[in-house]
Amino acid sequence: MGTATENESMDSEGTSTQEETFTKVSVWDLPDLPKGKLPPHIELQRTRVLCGSLAPTNTENVNYSGAYAAMGVDNSVRFEQFRDNFKVEIVRLEEDELEFDMIGIDPSLANAFRRILIAELPTMAIEKVLIANNTSIIQDEVLAHRLGLIPIKVDPRLFEYMSENDVPNEKNTIVFKLHVRCTKGSDRLRVLSSELKWLPNGSELILGTEHSASSSSAKPKTYTSFSCSQDTRPEFSDEPIAPKDADIIVAKLGPGQEIELEAHAVKGMGKTHAKWSPVATAWYRMLPEVLLLRDIEDDEAEALVKKCPLKVFDIEDIGKGKKRATVARPRACTLCRECIREEGWDKNVALRRVNDHFIFTIESTGALPPEVLFTEAVKILEEKCERVITELS
Amino acid sequence: MEHGSFEDQSKATFSLTDEDHTLANAVRFTLNQDPRVTFCGYSIPHPSDARVNIRVQTTGDPAREVFNDSCQDLMLICEHVRGTFDQAVLKFKTGKGLSAMDIKK
Repeated sequence: MGTATENESMDSEGTSTQEETFTKVSVWDLPDLPKGKLPPHIELQRTRVLCGSLAPTNTENVNYSGAYAAMGVDNSVRFEQFRDNFKVEIVRLEEDELEFDMIGIDPSLANAFRRILIAELPTMAIEKVLIANNTSIIQDEVLAHRLGLIPIKVDPRLFEYMSENDVPNEKNTIVFKLHVRCTKGSDRLRVLSSELKWLPNGSELILGTEHSASSSSAKPKTYTSFSCSQDTRPEFSDEPIAPKDADIIVAKLGPGQEIELEAHAVKGMGKTHAKWSPVATAWYRMLPEVLLLRDIEDDEAEALVKKCPLKVFDIEDIGKGKKRATVARPRACTLCRECIREEGWDKNVALRRVNDHFIFTIESTGALPPEVLFTEAVKILEEKCERVITELS
Repeated sequence: MEHGSFEDQSKATFSLTDEDHTLANAVRFTLNQDPRVTFCGYSIPHPSDARVNIRVQTTGDPAREVFNDSCQDLMLICEHVRGTFDQAVLKFKTGKGLSAMDIKK
């Protein structure tokens, strides 16, 4: 019904003689709506976001199970139905980057995964910096902040959280040392993250109060109390802990300047501070759908191809020297709406987004590979549900 | 924590600490999909408190049970997502040869 009247309503626009353009049809002559199936225009509303030249419309999802009860359609999602429809397709998987398509899932869940990736997956990051000497022009607190943001390549699952009353030990703290001096008479020196040296035996700085105590004790007390060396753990014996990237500039030293410090990394979550976020970004977009509503040929086709900055459209030859526009790369569309900006073009091109098809991108900072991050994120959502269930019973 | 009445168990508000939109919005989705639910919604009373209130009203079944079931549903969904994802990664890694080059666009 909705599609049939489209042309008529276009013609009648501007003319006040609507009575004449509409041929009167008795209600009884109209075709019956098929039961148990949504009519095409409502199906379109349910599954697509429509992008007009001014703003997107129909952006809200219909969740309520009884939304289409009047049409005899059950909108509740049974688990079996979800299981049959849900698909994952990996598009690109690199060391630190993952792009995949998640098809047949509600935005609320896709968003939950994204939020968990950013804010609730733990990593290790430098939290405490003990500065023994800093004569560089970078202030202590700025230096400490810069150190905190350096991603450390270590699996956080091997460590425990350190609560307020805990003493730093080999299970919850990683200690790094940084000691750089720029000798007098030499050029300016760049201090890179590769200068951070892992101390598997813990802190080497002696606690201030210990100086007066008897020097006979075998081991002087330091800022950490490691009971054993971290490099005896099998996970670290072949791969020493280090910053993920060796070439991050931490500071610059002039001749005669020196930095000597110890950095303590602990486990934390992105919601406390962004330095603990395991992803540089995690984001998704809905799959763009670009449709040509009529054949666009020759000059118009050329114009359309030129309009699109992302080269979504292409031209194909249809013989006899005629050319026709085609949609070659709909995935590249960013919905800039440049192609429908000009008057009347929204009648030629339809821009839509598929509601339940997400192009998910995860950029890892390097502590864990991106595919592991995603599975961990899903596990955390499961744990949240489990917590609620146990609290209820 | 559940706020409700003993006389009418079909309506209740569940107050979850240390949770936010992440869980509440996902549970709201699964609750909405349940035909027994007449109304559900959530709110975060104050942005500084880590707390969400989830309101559930049902056609007659105890709200607690319905809420519990939708958490179970969400867990099942998550498990399935994880399984499907792991399979897809495995498939991609094993099939990663020259064919993977063509997909890149």
